[in-house]
Amino acid sequence: MKKNEMKSRSIRPIMEIQHLHLRFGGLEALKDANLDILEGEILAIIGPNGAGKTSLLNCISGFYLPYRGSIIFRDKDLTRLPSHRIAKMGVGRTFQNIELYTGLTALENLMAARHIHMKRGAVACGIFFGPARREEIEHREAVEDVIDLLDMQSIRKRVVGSLPYGLRKRVDLARALCMDPHLLLLDEPMAGMNVEEKEDMARFILDIYELRRTTIVLVEHDMDLVMDIADRVVVLEFGLKIAEGSPDEIRNDPQVIRAYLGGKG
Amino acid sequence: MRASGIFDKTYQKDIAIVRSWQHWMLLLGTIAFLFTIPLFASYYFINLLSNIFVTVIVVLGLQIVTGYAGQISFGQPAFMAVGAFCSAVLTLKFGFSFWLALPLSGIAAGVVGIIGGAPSLRIKGFYLAMATIAIFYVTMWVITHLKITGLAQGLSPPPPKIGNFVFDTDERMYYIIMIATLILTFFARNLVRSRMGRIFVAIRDNDLAAEVMGINLYYYKLLAFFISCFYAGIAGSLLGHWYMLVNAEQFTLLHALTYIGMIIIGGLGSIPGAYFGVIFLKLLDELMLFSSPFLVDMFPWLGMGSAASLSLMAFGLVLILFLIYEPRGLARRWEIFKTSYRLYPFRYGEQ
Ligand SMILES: Nc1ncnc2c1ncn2[C@@H]1O[C@H](COP(=O)(O)OP(=O)(O)OP(=O)(O)O)[C@@H](O)[C@H]1O
Ligand SMILES: [Mg+2]
Repeated sequence: MKKNEMKSRSIRPIMEIQHLHLRFGGLEALKDANLDILEGEILAIIGPNGAGKTSLLNCISGFYLPYRGSIIFRDKDLTRLPSHRIAKMGVGRTFQNIELYTGLTALENLMAARHIHMKRGAVACGIFFGPARREEIEHREAVEDVIDLLDMQSIRKRVVGSLPYGLRKRVDLARALCMDPHLLLLDEPMAGMNVEEKEDMARFILDIYELRRTTIVLVEHDMDLVMDIADRVVVLEFGLKIAEGSPDEIRNDPQVIRAYLGGKG
Repeated sequence: MRASGIFDKTYQKDIAIVRSWQHWMLLLGTIAFLFTIPLFASYYFINLLSNIFVTVIVVLGLQIVTGYAGQISFGQPAFMAVGAFCSAVLTLKFGFSFWLALPLSGIAAGVVGIIGGAPSLRIKGFYLAMATIAIFYVTMWVITHLKITGLAQGLSPPPPKIGNFVFDTDERMYYIIMIATLILTFFARNLVRSRMGRIFVAIRDNDLAAEVMGINLYYYKLLAFFISCFYAGIAGSLLGHWYMLVNAEQFTLLHALTYIGMIIIGGLGSIPGAYFGVIFLKLLDELMLFSSPFLVDMFPWLGMGSAASLSLMAFGLVLILFLIYEPRGLARRWEIFKTSYRLYPFRYGEQ
């Protein structure tokens, strides 16, 4: 892979997560999570089931409210902002359990994601001809770029509720991408796929990265894929960060081997 | 509708609703026909059409908030009443012209609708349905207990006029109602195919994802209620000036049930579906009205079953049948028909 090229990048953090604590009743889902996400990197977050990976993403996208700690994104504190504001600031994400708008077509799902960049109000939309249509076509072009990038031409007009699992995962990714995010959070984009689909997905993620230079946070179970794609890896266990480093460092970290890899033999 | 083998070359073409010259002819022909109806049709038929159109306006509004945005509302008749009384009061007591009172009563109903829609920010589904029923009763109570709205007797708003031309016949009102319906249909159809429509469906299908995708749920839910109640308000105002009478009995909870039935039978989340549902149920009503004397003759055990209760039973039966056999309504039948027309003579091919 293009590891060498990827190494040479700025080290300014795009997001700083400081002392994040999250609690569900008696359960501490995150304990003092500290993490810098660097501009222009692919950061992988790994960890066993229930380690708190999804919870961390949910805190970032404003879905869960941490009881302590802060999340700074491009010099702004978004810890207590509502989700929709965070999205508008440039944080896009996919979901572990695919959360699409099932009644809309793939194209409409993607157009819906462009909403944060669209300005026309209800009256202009109702009149349509003129500004609203111009805006519609302009954003359609942006959406078509994503459709080409992720090879989705043939499912454009299919209602997503009727698509097979692998394609729905892809629409989910495309939708996040259509937000033109500065930071893209991917929650297990390859979970439940066969080897071939996983490789496709890995290729798409790298394509996105190369073409758009989007900072990507990748939560994933499949260690081998993660090691191939990621620049840095963070390991969570029981809400604690137990290791952080390059894929090679992680592979050889005794604590990680014990906590995570060890289980796999 | 378009024939097989025709594909779009630009995005503008791809998003167009009226796609071919045949389509244009069909549309313009239908509109021209609607304009000529009073020249030959009977009063019975003209009034039936006006009645259908007014109901279409209300149901279009309900389609937006319930069919698209997924927020169930039983308050629609109350918001119609707000529009009707507002328009009556403005014209009678403040000397407003109908043409100004009409949009104002839409806005007034919309604003009341925002208050009425506020529970949707917290609750969904069954609980929201109950809350909107409560809102219906509260609104109607307030309206019937204000001095300015004529208490229980109601009001008699004047017919609209332009200069010396007074719209005081059913034919003349038919034109106002029909044109208003066409404009509001145009608006609704465009709304739902643009950004707003996608946002509403996003909220309906997955509100949590919608919020994470940057949609401000509070704002857009209330916007959906505003638009929906604006439609109800306009319909109420038109109804009042057409009947030259408004009182609380014109706006009952039974109406709310019928409107919900209409969007289910027509097809949730479809603008043509609003038309299908209204026309279907209105015609069913008429049918029951005509046939009830014969039915009672034939089956005496139906007893004193008045036309009204028979048509209610028919409504209930039809609704159940639709819920079981075609929960997506007549609009889906229409789509299936259109698709098979487009593909003719091929049997496959649509990707
Ligand atoms: N909404 C919630 N309510 C209560 N507990 C929760 C909630 N969400 C997560 N948890 C708990 O927090 C812990 C971390 O969950 P999380 O979903 O973040 O794990 P994960 O690392 O994403 O796991 P997986 O690999 O299975 O996706 C788990 O013990 C989980 O049961
Ligand atoms: Mg998870």
